[in-house]
Amino acid sequence: MMDTPTTRHIPDRLNSRAARIFKSWEALLLAVAIAIFVVNSFASPYFLNAWNLSDATFNFTEKAMIAFAMALLIIAGEIDLSVASIIALASTAMGLAMQHGAGTPELVIIGITVGLLCGAFNGFFVTVLGLPSIVVTIGTMSLFRGISYIILGDGSFSGYPSSFAWFGQGYIYWVFTVEMLLFVIIAVIYGVLLHKTNFGRAVYAIGNNPTGALFSGIRVQRVKFILFLLTGLMSGIAAICLTSRLGSTRPSIASGMELEVVTMVVLGGVNILGGSGTIPGVVIAAFVMGLVTFGLGLLNVPGLVMSIFIGLLLIGVIALPRLWTMVAQRPKA
Amino acid sequence: MKRYIPLREAILGAAILTLTLLVASRFPGFIAPSNLANVFNDTAPLIILALGQMVVILTRCIDLSVAANLALTGMAVAMINVALPGLPIPVILTIAVLMGAFMGAINGLLVWKLSIPPIVVTLGTMTIFRGIIFLISDGKWVNSHEMSPAFTGFPRTVLLGLPVLSWVAILTVIVFGIMMARTQSGRSIFAVGGNPHAAVYTGIDVGKTQFWAFVASGALAGLTGYLWVARYAVAYVDIAGGFELEVVAACVIGGISIAGGIGTVGGAVLGAIFLGIVKNALPVVDISPFWQLAISGSAILIAVAFNARSGRNKGRVILKSAEATQ
Repeated sequence: MMDTPTTRHIPDRLNSRAARIFKSWEALLLAVAIAIFVVNSFASPYFLNAWNLSDATFNFTEKAMIAFAMALLIIAGEIDLSVASIIALASTAMGLAMQHGAGTPELVIIGITVGLLCGAFNGFFVTVLGLPSIVVTIGTMSLFRGISYIILGDGSFSGYPSSFAWFGQGYIYWVFTVEMLLFVIIAVIYGVLLHKTNFGRAVYAIGNNPTGALFSGIRVQRVKFILFLLTGLMSGIAAICLTSRLGSTRPSIASGMELEVVTMVVLGGVNILGGSGTIPGVVIAAFVMGLVTFGLGLLNVPGLVMSIFIGLLLIGVIALPRLWTMVAQRPKA
Repeated sequence: MKRYIPLREAILGAAILTLTLLVASRFPGFIAPSNLANVFNDTAPLIILALGQMVVILTRCIDLSVAANLALTGMAVAMINVALPGLPIPVILTIAVLMGAFMGAINGLLVWKLSIPPIVVTLGTMTIFRGIIFLISDGKWVNSHEMSPAFTGFPRTVLLGLPVLSWVAILTVIVFGIMMARTQSGRSIFAVGGNPHAAVYTGIDVGKTQFWAFVASGALAGLTGYLWVARYAVAYVDIAGGFELEVVAACVIGGISIAGGIGTVGGAVLGAIFLGIVKNALPVVDISPFWQLAISGSAILIAVAFNARSGRNKGRVILKSAEATQ
């Protein structure tokens, strides 16, 4: 067993035609982003305003933080639908602590800890009990948000300390927000983690062939557990940013965000079935989604109509390469 | 042996019975036939949708667009009713079912012809359908006084002691029960989910079967869309928001394997009834309805853990034991 080249799936897949389509797809996605930017700047006189653009980054920074961890999880063949509920629970815990006089550092620690605990809870069910992650996280999605509802009812927490507002409302330099800085740092960390480390290679290997990965010495279940911890952690961080930005906690906070995060990841070229995808792709997808919603918003297009564009974009991105290959293969068949 | 004693359904049935008796011990009125009929009527939409979702999940797909499909069809028929109040109910029903089936067919075609993963397709169509509701309604509500009495009265008409809504659910259960157990299409659905490769060798078109599963799920969503809007006598953009996950939850609690191929009509129905009873019993026993999400979430986790345990010693994947030791 040892002498068979079980790791061959990784380099093969990375250089396969499918991978190249995805790579060129990132270039195309970037072109789409630039095109939207140019169209926007002509369509609305308010677009090319540094402050507006800076405001627009809130459309995607929090989602993108989670999307990076989600991208790794999906590449490894799992999914976490509970991320928005983790935000709700972490935010509720922070609100409770705030009412008992916790200061900003404690709030941050609590947000991150709750995120990690929720991630560990998901990871336990998926890796130790061997249950399908889509079902487990649909369950914990209800459970985590349910606990927030039990604690909060139809009430809310507000009155966070003013120093806490820095995370969601603060500026580092001129128009560059704290969240934007976090977004960049996290993108770089995940880019290095996925593309430059053994851990990243293990993630691809697991997504391509879990059994092969296992026999090449990768601790499949441990890697998956860590990935669930990471989505939990990122949800905790996103909870801190979102709570700080909104200045209040409601049990319905971030509802529906899990599907937007998955959309962002898939739009970025990550294969929902696992095995391929890149962090730069997710970064570009985040910008595309942010620009689309911001641009349409400036044109007074209501939020729900924007979702038509996002849905079409999602299906179109996946369908086009397939249509392309279908058309290309037609004469031969 | 196990084929003749559906253990999973028996346990779920016992759980439902225990839950009902627990509630009844604190509030005897809960098990009055009229109240149980109300609970069933409240659960009817979930039962109908769970059956459609069951067929889709059995073929190794998932349909996250059911609630959006329901809402779009509901809004469309409500607007048709406002524009043409004289339209007879059978025509409305036909429009609703065809519209739902058409939306299901879009999902099915994308999965079949372009082999896009079902979760991506239905995630996309879910947001698209919701957006279209806003587009056609301009975000406005259609209220009860705008709808015709015949339109809103149909699902509430009492026949033999039960409202039509309940009868539609019962009829759907019977039709799907016969289809899954006695017809060739039922067997193909199980075959496609159980082992797609083997299904191909026996002459079953996997993609086509999945396509028809989506059409069935869509048709039921459309039907429920009319019934829902007519029963609550209001249509707006956010109708049944998030309901798709409750439908999946009913299937999971009912023992339908998300990996496809395993599940029964009885399981899906019991799963839906379980969630329905949880929802209806909480206010009765003075527990705040805010507990509902946490309880159904826990129920999903317990059910899925139980299902995995009962299916574990089959050893379908040879290396599963090696993987588990890690």
